[in-house]
Amino acid sequence: MGTGTSEELDLGQAPGRPGRTAYDGPLLAVDDLSVTFTRRGRRDVRAVDGVSFAIRPGETVGLVGESGSGKSVTALAVMGLLPGRGVRVGGSVRLEGEELLGASDDRLRDLRGREMAMVFQDPMTSLNPVVSIGVQVTEVLRRHRDMTREQASVEAASLLRRVGIPDPVRRLKDYPHQLSGGMRQRALIASALACRPRLLICDEPTTALDVTIQAQILDLLRQLVRESGTALLMITHDLGVVAGLCDTVHVMYSGRVVESAPRRPLFGSPRHPYTGGLLASIPRLDAPRGAPLHPIQGSPNDTIPWETGCAFAPRCDHRVDACTTSAPALEVRGHASVRCWNPLPPPGRTAAAQEEDA
Amino acid sequence: MSETVGEPTASAPAGAGPLLKVRGLKVHFPIVKGVFVDRVVGHVRAVDGVDLDVARGSTYGLVGESGCGKSTLGRAVLRLVEPTAGTVEFDGVDVASLKGEALRRERRRMQMVFQDPMSSLDPRQSVESVLLEPLAAHGVTPEGGKDAHVRRLLDVVGLPGSAAGRYPHEFSGGQRQRIGIARAIALNPDLVIADEPVSALDVSVQAQVVNLLEDLQEQLGLTYVVIAHDLAVVRHVSDTIGVMYLGMLVEEAPSDDLYATPRHPYTISLMSAIPIPDPDVEDRRERILLAGDLPSPANPPSGCRFHTRCPFRQETRCDDEVPALRTLAPGHRVACHWAEEVADGRITPAASAFDATAVPTET
Repeated sequence: MGTGTSEELDLGQAPGRPGRTAYDGPLLAVDDLSVTFTRRGRRDVRAVDGVSFAIRPGETVGLVGESGSGKSVTALAVMGLLPGRGVRVGGSVRLEGEELLGASDDRLRDLRGREMAMVFQDPMTSLNPVVSIGVQVTEVLRRHRDMTREQASVEAASLLRRVGIPDPVRRLKDYPHQLSGGMRQRALIASALACRPRLLICDEPTTALDVTIQAQILDLLRQLVRESGTALLMITHDLGVVAGLCDTVHVMYSGRVVESAPRRPLFGSPRHPYTGGLLASIPRLDAPRGAPLHPIQGSPNDTIPWETGCAFAPRCDHRVDACTTSAPALEVRGHASVRCWNPLPPPGRTAAAQEEDA
Repeated sequence: MSETVGEPTASAPAGAGPLLKVRGLKVHFPIVKGVFVDRVVGHVRAVDGVDLDVARGSTYGLVGESGCGKSTLGRAVLRLVEPTAGTVEFDGVDVASLKGEALRRERRRMQMVFQDPMSSLDPRQSVESVLLEPLAAHGVTPEGGKDAHVRRLLDVVGLPGSAAGRYPHEFSGGQRQRIGIARAIALNPDLVIADEPVSALDVSVQAQVVNLLEDLQEQLGLTYVVIAHDLAVVRHVSDTIGVMYLGMLVEEAPSDDLYATPRHPYTISLMSAIPIPDPDVEDRRERILLAGDLPSPANPPSGCRFHTRCPFRQETRCDDEVPALRTLAPGHRVACHWAEEVADGRITPAASAFDATAVPTET
């Protein structure tokens, strides 16, 4: 992988950026983040509930969960893109030690695009249909890097070429509908990379694309992280994508992280029954055929509030009495942090042996 | 593609031919222009000459990327779109030439499950009414009365009897898909065509529906054509898999063979592009990246339709000679001039196939 034109993909750090002092903590530190949607006359909805994680430069962190698990809202909160009204955000989000929650709009606008950028799921709805690709890519360059129109369009063309769009000069004049899905997603990535951000958040970047195009985009992201040390937050429901890309994975369920682990332990020996259930329920291309799937019962709507117990309890095969009476905390068990009263046994040990321990 | 080459080899039980026999099926959609008078300026060749056999009681999986014509093929088999050419023989009767009442009667034996369970159910129709409509349309009186029939159907697909009086919005996606499946089996059909039956569902729910489809096949002896873009799901449920590219079948094989020894360059690339939820496998495997996008089916490339993106493309034959679907092993048909050479490793993919930033050549 990455032979041939790899040296051409020069998306490295902008050299000599002023005002940067030595800082050795994580690039992004999210601590006890909570997001509550409020509406008059309605019960509050807590979409994200005490989520904490950190990303170091050059690291890829995955947020995995089904629809409604709060993974996208987490990303929007980090980017400061949640609407001002009807939303309560708590906890802390620090980028290189600087608190982003409560930062001024001006400051956030300076950071967004330059220090952190986001790639959304559907490139058709996140690109403006009546503005040409060129303008959408160059506006970032002109806003943050003070380029003239001419400089910016030269830079934009080279950005498009680097992400694998043929004939970039002509494409700059095209409108989003003239590009195919894969090309639109590449254009979106190009504009997210325009200022060489230190943090890139990708929210389901390949879900709307075909698998062969998905492979192209994932390889591009992999190359980017390897060669420029960008920190990548990858939000997806596809465990296959996570397995090939992420260093650390946080599995979310109903607004809380239920399991955090480096990818090998996570896939090798999942500890939370939800993670285990997800892995057992997807057919694998390389598994022997005819092995039955073991689905998780019920649907993601069958939850109980975290205040009264474990939200996953109604669907869980490993439920014990404690699950419906009190909420488990995120505890370190071996390589993973697990939020469960009765986690799956680690590999090589039977459930019985574990009960003896307890 | 000529209809004489490559005998379809889906294994049928002795004495009975295949349930479904498709020969030379083409579906071309006209592209019209003009304000007052419609002028046909071209055709989108959605399906362009497909031959396939589906054995009784088996599952045939159709995979391919969006725009490859797999859904149109499924619809043409049911004559939900009119085929431009070719025959669709269902249990010995050519469906493509049936008309009026005869077609309507034949349709009773072939049903469809749609992708999006929200838009394929009428939001103002109760579940009971959804399940009884097929009976009314075909003038069938169920044994033991309508209520018992509805309850039996709901029970078979794993929904409570109380679901009968409720409306689609009251159900989750997985439950709605169960209703769609119950509707499809209401008339006790022989053939069910499922178009992306699980792709709109949450990951944890997909397996429930896949298992349900398998159980129903066992109980009712159904024959399935499952259309999906997710090769892992298709391989799990299918006995035979057909891989489509730009309106044509490029490879067909028993599903274990297809995974073990994919022969067509497109299948090889497709397999290598599918992420597998196992870090060890992901780190080891070598991905073959396809450059660019699917060409337009209105103006397909000459010769082999895959040659514009093929990492194994050769100087000769690929650009100007349409490859025939040849039988290389029992039940394994491949449409590639160089399939043997690719299988033996005598032809290796181009270096650009391993680089995400390679710029595809413009066509």
